Amino acid sequence: MKILTEHIDVPGIETIDVFRKHGGYSALEKALKTMSPDEVTEEVKKSGLRGRGGAGFPVGMKWSFLAKPEGVPRYLVCNADESEPGTFKDHYLMMKSPHTLIEGMIVSSFALGANTSYIYVRGELMYVIHILEKAIQECYDKGLLGKNILGSGYDLDLFVQPGGGAYICGEETALLESLEGKRGNPRNKPPFPAVKGLWQCPTVVNNVESIAATSWIVNNGGEEYAKLGVGRSTGTKLISVSGHVRKPGVYEIPLGITVEDFIYADEWCGGIRAGHKLKAVVAGGSSVPILPAELILTTAAGEKRLMTYESLSDGGFATGTMLGSGGFVVMDETTCIVHNTLTFGRFYHHESCGQCSPCREGTGWMDKILYRIEHGQGRQEDIDLLVDVAKKIEGNTICPLGDAAAWPVAAAIRHFRDEFEWHVKHPEKATQPGAVFMREGASWTL
Amino acid sequence: MTNTQTIQFPADTLELVHKIINRYPEGKQKSALLPVLHLAQAEWRWCSPEVMDYVASLLNIKPIEVYEVATFYTMFHLEPVGEHVIEYCRTGPCCLMGGVEVYDHLKKKLGIETGETTADGKFTIKEVECLAACGWGPVFQIREKYYMNLTTEKVDEIIDELSK
Ligand SMILES: Cc1cc2nc3c(=O)[nH]c(=O)nc-3n(C[C@H](O)[C@H](O)[C@H](O)COP(=O)(O)O)c2cc1C
Ligand code: SF4
Ligand code: FES
Repeated sequence: MKILTEHIDVPGIETIDVFRKHGGYSALEKALKTMSPDEVTEEVKKSGLRGRGGAGFPVGMKWSFLAKPEGVPRYLVCNADESEPGTFKDHYLMMKSPHTLIEGMIVSSFALGANTSYIYVRGELMYVIHILEKAIQECYDKGLLGKNILGSGYDLDLFVQPGGGAYICGEETALLESLEGKRGNPRNKPPFPAVKGLWQCPTVVNNVESIAATSWIVNNGGEEYAKLGVGRSTGTKLISVSGHVRKPGVYEIPLGITVEDFIYADEWCGGIRAGHKLKAVVAGGSSVPILPAELILTTAAGEKRLMTYESLSDGGFATGTMLGSGGFVVMDETTCIVHNTLTFGRFYHHESCGQCSPCREGTGWMDKILYRIEHGQGRQEDIDLLVDVAKKIEGNTICPLGDAAAWPVAAAIRHFRDEFEWHVKHPEKATQPGAVFMREGASWTL
Repeated sequence: MTNTQTIQFPADTLELVHKIINRYPEGKQKSALLPVLHLAQAEWRWCSPEVMDYVASLLNIKPIEVYEVATFYTMFHLEPVGEHVIEYCRTGPCCLMGGVEVYDHLKKKLGIETGETTADGKFTIKEVECLAACGWGPVFQIREKYYMNLTTEKVDEIIDELSK
C-alpha cells in the first residue's frame, strides 16, 4: 500500500497535468468544496498521523493547539530542511513529485486558516527549489493557488524559502528565526510556535512527509488511514536507506513490517551486499542510538522487532532505539564503529549553534576525544570521559540538538565498547587503512 | 577591490529581489536576506564585505545584520573561491558508501587539499556535512548541481569535463 509514492515513477508526474491524471488535486477539490477547515482537522486527528520529522508528535493534535486570535494572521511552514545524516526522503519526494507536497500544503493551510504559507528548503537543494517553484507557478496558472481558489472564497499564497546550510534550522524555532532573516538560534519554549511563531504570529511547523500525507487522508478518511499500520504507528512511512544493503534508496513501507523483512526482502533493501554480514544499524537518522545486529532484528525480550515507533524503542536506550526521521543506515562487518561515531561527533560539533555551553563545549570535547581515539592517540580513560561528557550535555540545553549529539556517542560505547578499547590498546593496528575490530563469536564475524 | 558603487545586480535580478521582498508582510523584508544572499553569491561567487553591504542597502537593514547571518550559514563563502566550488559530503553514510577513497582521489587529481583553490583559480574543494543524498552517496555538489553515486572514474570524467 503506497500513499505518497504510488505514482512517483510515472513520467511527467512533476507536471500538473500528469499529476492530475493520476488523481492529483482531488483532495484539494474535496476539501475546499465539501468540507469545513475543522472537518479536515478532524480527519487528520482520526488518522493518528504522527509527525514524520523525527519527534512523532500527532499532527492533528498539533493543529488543534494553533491559537486563532481575531485579526492576526496564522501561518503554516513546511519543514524541508532535511539535514539529519541518513535522511533523504523529503529530497526524493519533492524532487520527483513536487505536487504531492503542494497539494498537501494547500489542504493543510485551508484546515489551519492560513492565507500565506512557506516551504523552507535547505539551501543546498536549490535545484529542488526550482522544481517546486515551477510547480507552484502551474498551480497559480490553473487557479489552485492565489485568490478565491476554485471559487471557494479561500485565498492562499505559497512561497519557497531557501536555508543557508545549517542543520540546526531543522529545529522548528531555529527555522522560524531563519525564515525571519536571522541566525538559526533556537528559541526558548514556551511560547510554542502554535501561539507565537513566525513574526510572533500563531504558526504550525510540519515535516514534508506529514503534510504530504494529509491529501490521502482527506480523500479516503482518517479511519482508513488508521487501518494501515500497527497500534499507534498508523499509516505508511518513507524510509531512507543508506549503507551496505544491496538496494539503498527511499522506500515507502506500511508501518509494522518486521525489521528483518525490511532489510532482507527483495521488495525492500534486498539484503546485505554480497559476501558480507549485518553488523549494526542506525535506524532513525544519526541522532538515534546505534544497535548491533541482534538487537535491531529482535528485542531484548526475543520478539521480532517491527518498523514502528513503539517496537523500535522497545527496551528504552539500554537495548532499543527510535524510528526518528526514518534515516536507516546499515553497516556490515567492514564498518569501523569508532570512525562512524567520529563523523557523527564532528557533525554535531560543526552544527551546534553555540547558544548553550553544555552543547557548544561538550560537542567540541566529544569530537576531539573521538578524533584522538580514532587516530591512535586515545587513552583508556577517554572512553569513560566520552560517556561522562555525553551525560552532562543530555537534558541541559535549550533545544534537543544537545541530546541528539550525546545519544549516538553514548550508544556506540554501550554496544561497541570493545571496539573503542581495541583502538586505545592497539593503536598501531587500529590506524592501519581499512582495519576493523572483529568481535570474537559475533554474528557478523566472518 | 571593488566598492559599493560598482556592485549592482543586473536589472532582471533586481526585479526578482523585489518579488522576493513581496513574499513577506510589510516591514518584514529582512526575511529576504537568505534568498538574496544566494543571488549575490551566484553573481559574485563569494560574499565580500562590499557585496554584503550592497545586500544590506537593498533590504534596508544594517550591514551588521547581514554579516551576522552570512557568517552563521555554511553555504556562504566569506573568502574568494575558484570558478567551480566542489563541496563533498564527509558524513558517516557517505563514508560507508566509499566516500573516503573517492574524495582522496579528487584531492589528488586536483593536487589540492580541502579548503584550497587550484593555482589556475578553476577549482576550490570544500568539505561539508550530509547533503540529504546519503543512499546515493558518495556525493558532492558544484553550485546547484548534485553529483551522486560517485566513483573515482566518475570524478575523473566530471573534472575533465569542467577543465575544458
Ligand atoms: C536539531 C534538530 C533538527 C531537526 N531537523 C528537522 C528536519 O530537518 N526536518 C523536520 O521535519 N524536522 C526536523 N526537526 C524536528 C522539528 O523541530 C519539528 O519537530 C518538526 O518539523 C515538526 O514536524 P512534524 O511534527 O510534522 O514532524 C529537527 C529537530 C531538531 C532538534
Ligand atoms: S542545544 Fe546546541 S544547538 Fe540547541 S540551542 Fe543549545 S547550543 Fe544551540
Ligand atoms: S551522509 Fe552524505 S549525503 Fe547524507
